Amino acid sequence: MKFVKYSSIVLVTFVIIAGIAIPTVRAPQGLFEFPTIPGLGQKSRNIFFHVPVAWTTVVAFLVSMYYGFRYVRTKNMEYDIKSVSSAGLGFLFCFLATVTGAIWAKFNWGDYWNWDPRETSIFILLLIYGAYFALRSALENEEVRARLSAVYSMVAGLTVPFFIFVMPRMMAGLHPGAKGDVEGKGPVLELKMSSNMLVVFLVALVAFNLLYVWLLDLRVRAGKLEYEQSREQSR
Amino acid sequence: MSAFGSTYAVVAKDIRSEWRTRYAVNSLLMFVVTAVSIILFALRSVDPNPELLSGMLWVVIFFTAMSGMSRVFVSEEERGTTLTLQLVATPTVIYFGKLLFNSVLILFLSFIITAMYMIFFSGFTIQSPGVYVISVVLGSLGFASASTIIAAIIAKTRSRGTLYAVLLFPLLIIPLMVGMSSTIKALEGSTLSEALSDFQVLASYLMVMVAGSYLLFDYVWKE
Repeated sequence: MKFVKYSSIVLVTFVIIAGIAIPTVRAPQGLFEFPTIPGLGQKSRNIFFHVPVAWTTVVAFLVSMYYGFRYVRTKNMEYDIKSVSSAGLGFLFCFLATVTGAIWAKFNWGDYWNWDPRETSIFILLLIYGAYFALRSALENEEVRARLSAVYSMVAGLTVPFFIFVMPRMMAGLHPGAKGDVEGKGPVLELKMSSNMLVVFLVALVAFNLLYVWLLDLRVRAGKLEYEQSREQSR
Repeated sequence: MSAFGSTYAVVAKDIRSEWRTRYAVNSLLMFVVTAVSIILFALRSVDPNPELLSGMLWVVIFFTAMSGMSRVFVSEEERGTTLTLQLVATPTVIYFGKLLFNSVLILFLSFIITAMYMIFFSGFTIQSPGVYVISVVLGSLGFASASTIIAAIIAKTRSRGTLYAVLLFPLLIIPLMVGMSSTIKALEGSTLSEALSDFQVLASYLMVMVAGSYLLFDYVWKE
């Protein structure tokens, strides 16, 4: 975990500095200049933060679902601690993705919120996380709480493919890759970036995922200690 | 008894106990009347277009589902009959019995809501009945499928009423949005093939929800 900790710190620092400091020019020369993206200009820098954070949100949700599944199969409390820790981080990243996206939308599309299919999806994901924690706080018994919240996260997970794959193709939207987009699936899926942007973007993906892994480890360790303490007190 | 026989027995038991009190059906019918009259008041001076009417139709179906569908499990919990039910039938039988009861309930209420809309809104003319029936039936069954498993979860908690809406809303967005879009098509007179992609989404949602709930119901039901 030491390795994950230090590399996530170094990589996130690199992404922040490189993503903000490298100038955007019309004819880029070498590694130290980004090309101008038509219609985006300086605002294109947000791609290094918004996209990896949104990606990590989905990863955190899947991890939470996976440990929920492990919990209901084994009834081992450790998996519940992992599941809820991952859901908490997912909520945080989901919030960050919503905020960075809303700011980007304000300056590119004119409004903080446009009900584009992907905006709708991230809003629903926020609601699912909110409902998950509301359900947990309504249940007192530890075992029942762990079991029912795991089932809820799995039932909610069943709808996620519809949001990711079905809805953006049915509704017209503003994000790249929406229904009727002449540019195809968008710069992220087709990797249509200049090579130095692509390097920063991929490093950002790795960096935010490592950050997630490190934070998850911290939260799981704290959660386990709290759990043991509460058991000793009740003894 | 075979699984089908036991499932039928669970549905028959629920319908019989509902028939004795008529508690859920009466309160839900009153809810529907109230909701439709509020919409009538709100829209009395405008001439609503198909988009608005289809949205308002689904709003009523949606809130009816939210207010009535949790009773199947909450009433067992309130009457203290959950343990008996756990003893006499397998989880699969219980799940499908409750799902069928909820499906019958919401289909009946959707029929009533549709009739009220046809009477009270002059703009609510169903140009293609086939598209309308398929979209309302598939959408309502999708609502019933998600509502049943959430009702089973919610029956174990303390604050049932409010939490039910909170847990259910994110799951019902897909059938709600797709149902609205295909109902607009029905009101505007599209052919079946034009609404086919909507029906595919509704049908796959229904299948995914029923299959997932069937697999997960054991973990909710067994203590």
